[in-house]
Amino acid sequence: MNALRTMNHDRRNQILTALAIVLVAVLLVIANMTLSKYHLRLLNLGGIYVILSLSMILINGFVGLFSLGHAGFMAIGAYTCALLTMEPAEKAVNFYLKPIVPWLGEMHMGFLPAMLIGGILAAIIGFLIGWPVLRLNDDYLAIATLGFAEIIRIVLTNLQTITNGSLGLKGLPKMEIDVFGLLPESMHGILVLNLSACIWIAVIITILFFVRLIRGSYGKAFKAIREDEIAAEAMGIDVFHHKLLAFVIASFFAGIGGALLGNIMQTIDPLMFRFLMTYNVVLIVVIGGIGSLTGGVLAAIIVTIFMELLRFLDASWMLGPVQVPGTAGVRMVVFSIILMVMVIFKPQGIMGRREFSWDWFLSIPTQIKEFSLNRSKKEASADSKKGCE
Amino acid sequence: MTLSAFMQNVANAVSLGSLYALLAIGYTMVYGILRLINFAHGEIFMLGAYFAFYAVSVFLLPWYIAFPMAILITAIFGVLLERVAYKPLRNAPRIAIMMSAIGASYLIQNVGILVFGGVPVSFPNIPIFSQVCKVGGISIARVSFVIPVVTLIALAVLFYIINKTKVGTAMRAVSKDYEAARLMGIDVNTIITFTFGIGSVMAAIGAILWGMKYPSLIPTLGLMPGLKCFIAAVVGGIGDVRGAVIGGFIIGILEIMIVAFFPDLSGYRDAFAFVLLIVILLVKPTGLMGKSAIEKV
Amino acid sequence: MKKISLMLVLVMILSAFMAGCGDSGADSGALPEKIIVGVFEPLTGANAGGGELELQGIELAHEMFPTVTIDGTEIPVELAIADNKSDKTEASNAARNLVDSKGAHIVVGSWGSGFSMAAGPIFEDSEVPAIGTSCTNPLVTKGMPYYFRVCFIDPFQGTVMAKYAFDEGFKKIAVVQEVSNDYAVSLAAFFKDAFTELTGDDNCIVSTLNYNTNDQDFSAQLTDIKNSGAEAIFAPGNFTETALLMKQARELGIDLQFLGGDTWETPPLLEIAGDAAEGAVYSSFYDPAAPLTEMTATFLDAYAAKYGDEQPAGVTACGFDAYLLALDAIQRAGSADGPAIRDTLAETKDFEGAAGFVTLDENGDAIKPAVIKTVKDGQFVYKSFVEPF
Repeated sequence: MNALRTMNHDRRNQILTALAIVLVAVLLVIANMTLSKYHLRLLNLGGIYVILSLSMILINGFVGLFSLGHAGFMAIGAYTCALLTMEPAEKAVNFYLKPIVPWLGEMHMGFLPAMLIGGILAAIIGFLIGWPVLRLNDDYLAIATLGFAEIIRIVLTNLQTITNGSLGLKGLPKMEIDVFGLLPESMHGILVLNLSACIWIAVIITILFFVRLIRGSYGKAFKAIREDEIAAEAMGIDVFHHKLLAFVIASFFAGIGGALLGNIMQTIDPLMFRFLMTYNVVLIVVIGGIGSLTGGVLAAIIVTIFMELLRFLDASWMLGPVQVPGTAGVRMVVFSIILMVMVIFKPQGIMGRREFSWDWFLSIPTQIKEFSLNRSKKEASADSKKGCE
Repeated sequence: MTLSAFMQNVANAVSLGSLYALLAIGYTMVYGILRLINFAHGEIFMLGAYFAFYAVSVFLLPWYIAFPMAILITAIFGVLLERVAYKPLRNAPRIAIMMSAIGASYLIQNVGILVFGGVPVSFPNIPIFSQVCKVGGISIARVSFVIPVVTLIALAVLFYIINKTKVGTAMRAVSKDYEAARLMGIDVNTIITFTFGIGSVMAAIGAILWGMKYPSLIPTLGLMPGLKCFIAAVVGGIGDVRGAVIGGFIIGILEIMIVAFFPDLSGYRDAFAFVLLIVILLVKPTGLMGKSAIEKV
Repeated sequence: MKKISLMLVLVMILSAFMAGCGDSGADSGALPEKIIVGVFEPLTGANAGGGELELQGIELAHEMFPTVTIDGTEIPVELAIADNKSDKTEASNAARNLVDSKGAHIVVGSWGSGFSMAAGPIFEDSEVPAIGTSCTNPLVTKGMPYYFRVCFIDPFQGTVMAKYAFDEGFKKIAVVQEVSNDYAVSLAAFFKDAFTELTGDDNCIVSTLNYNTNDQDFSAQLTDIKNSGAEAIFAPGNFTETALLMKQARELGIDLQFLGGDTWETPPLLEIAGDAAEGAVYSSFYDPAAPLTEMTATFLDAYAAKYGDEQPAGVTACGFDAYLLALDAIQRAGSADGPAIRDTLAETKDFEGAAGFVTLDENGDAIKPAVIKTVKDGQFVYKSFVEPF
């Protein structure tokens, strides 16, 4: 402990971060070996929601733009990754109504490049959309991004020779990344990452990326724009450039999230990417606290788990000896109520704008000590008062 | 395209446009006063349709009693929505209010699924409205004539309220400058309640007409019309009632005419409104009828 | 930063161990205390209507046959209901929940092929056989050894309707399809192919128009059909939209013959379309007026006793049959073991269901007759019978 205190502050934090990552990794390995597939799946889904919520927080929380276009970018990432990784034969099975365009039908590549291309394509579309619409503000931007997401979905539904239209794609291969895949053949297969590993590595990279981004000069500029756009402009920040950058980054990560989601599902269709999908992410961001990366990470995991835990509400349950018949839909009502209560009574979410930091973490013991000291002091004074009476 | 086919399309477009206009008014009025997209307006619309259904089909009231009752109850719900979801957030950041609006919309929809069930129900058939008339080569249900007429009457009443009455003057004042209006002694909360009431009445009228023309009710009924009518309000210039009406008609005509002239694009129909929205926002962000607002620093 | 990248490599190495781990042991030979039949249906969301109708059939069957006999032991059957929320993401969660948490031995459902396709890999992965109720998309069972179904598939149904249209002497047909619905799109495609082949006329489909799920105004599409010279309209969409389509067609003075598929057969279609539905012809799974098997009569009596005079929907009978087939397979297999049930299911021949005898082909699709029905005096009535070909 003492060594930690005396060490260079930044260096200490770096080491702590690294240790935390190892800890998380070990926990995940244990989880992967012990949890049932159902729980593991939830864990993975939680990871994907972490990526999605962070990318939404960047744009909605730090830059202060209200964008509702996530589902559209996810769709682009998911479709790109799926179409690039599926075996040509599997594609032929899927496109049984109208054959796929030949150039796409033949294309086949590994997961890592496919996922990155998905993200980059989403980012490019994000750039093309952001260029015109980011000149708008607030509500107009919200509805314009929502509109673009809808347009993307409708286009995907109608482009049957590329996306298979409403039939969707099924039989997406299970994600596996061969770490030494690019090295000579003898190295192949030594270290192959499975889906959970891929997702959580992506999650950790995403978190680290966002933390650095927000702590750096870009993050400061983003926050300045959020607080007062005109003042930020006066300070010499190129507001439009920064907004566009944030939007493109958010689109990229939404695309990656979509690609991973498609992989977890092993089947995708345009209906998956309705507004409801964006709504789920909004929900997580609101509960976590808009403007806090920590909140986004916590909320993504909590909400994913709660969504499942609340499933009991739809089933029939026993009230003493009486069996109450299950009514489907109660769960979603309860969830909507939780959201409303949260927004109305605690609009800043669980974290507000606070972030996790090692300084705070290391000071917990001191805080507890102080807390108990204060309490005993208070008790003592209360006792002395009693004594007076 | 033959002349009769074209006229048929015009007739279709007018009746669809009128319905969009009625719903767009609610959005524009609320926005004018609170600078808030009432995302739950589409759900109020859905409630209006279901209330009318229950009044006629379940409580077996004659339509001339049932419909006004349904409109009244819808208005009460509209006001209630404002009290519960928006009023506590009057001074909260805008993002929180918008989240609350989306949350309310979602909540009403889910409660709707729970209470009304997921199976579509048939809106009551009122024979005097549903008869089909033939004029020349075009064929129209009587309700399609009724829709523009009712829309016009509703608009006339609305304009009278806004321009000639004391409440209307106060509404305009709040919409111009919220703080100044309050300082002038206008009870802003009452005006907001009143605005939500009127907006909901318009939505309920629209819902009843909608139900007569498209008699299939599901709890997610309000979703697409809600979005499109918000777009109509923006296209017309949000905050301006005339703009909302014009926007509603533009979207109605656009949807019908593009499909009529380019049938191959029919699958993209729901995207037209969004494309129009983006074009308008880029060309004239304040909408067709909107005045350019001065940005306050 | 160096440290962090080092740690990432560490994470990757650790995660490598994840690959391949996490398989849980299969059920042992001992008989379980109760057999759990998972019900996998959309009970909320866009397709709740169809899901509820099938659930009626499943619950009815469960009330009539609440036990299963394995090796002379009578074991109670319990239904575990999971709502897939008309959403693919939720569908695979719900499926995971059914097989992992609820411990379902066999699953029945779903209404809507997309949800079944999302769940397919999960059932296969956990070796839990599933019986589709009315999911008619060929991809549900193709390459999915654990998915079966009690209904016929789209290619068959599309051909049946094309034959009917040809026999009735129609030469020019307009197609209106729900472009965002995989079921409608594929049925329309099979219909078009079969009809073009029968007539030998490449221009026999005079117009193909699209609409989206939840659309309510079809006047522009219908006006186009009115002037296209079509003699009949093939409109294989969902009943919700189709009812409005029929009504608006009559309002526009279009008196053409409506042709469609099995999803029409629900009471709301009659209520909403009213007189406009008169004379419409569609293919379906069974007909209550002309009992196909002895079980049909039993089913109809029980249905009338439970739900009153209303006619059961075709999909309700499918739900009923799926449950019965599930029980039958368990009894024949004499085991609650997934692979054993699967193998027995695959051999199903002339199983007596309420909607006709079921024989499963090599894909697990039911080979069974279709009935052609029409709407007459506000009732669905039997018209003719088409043997499988």
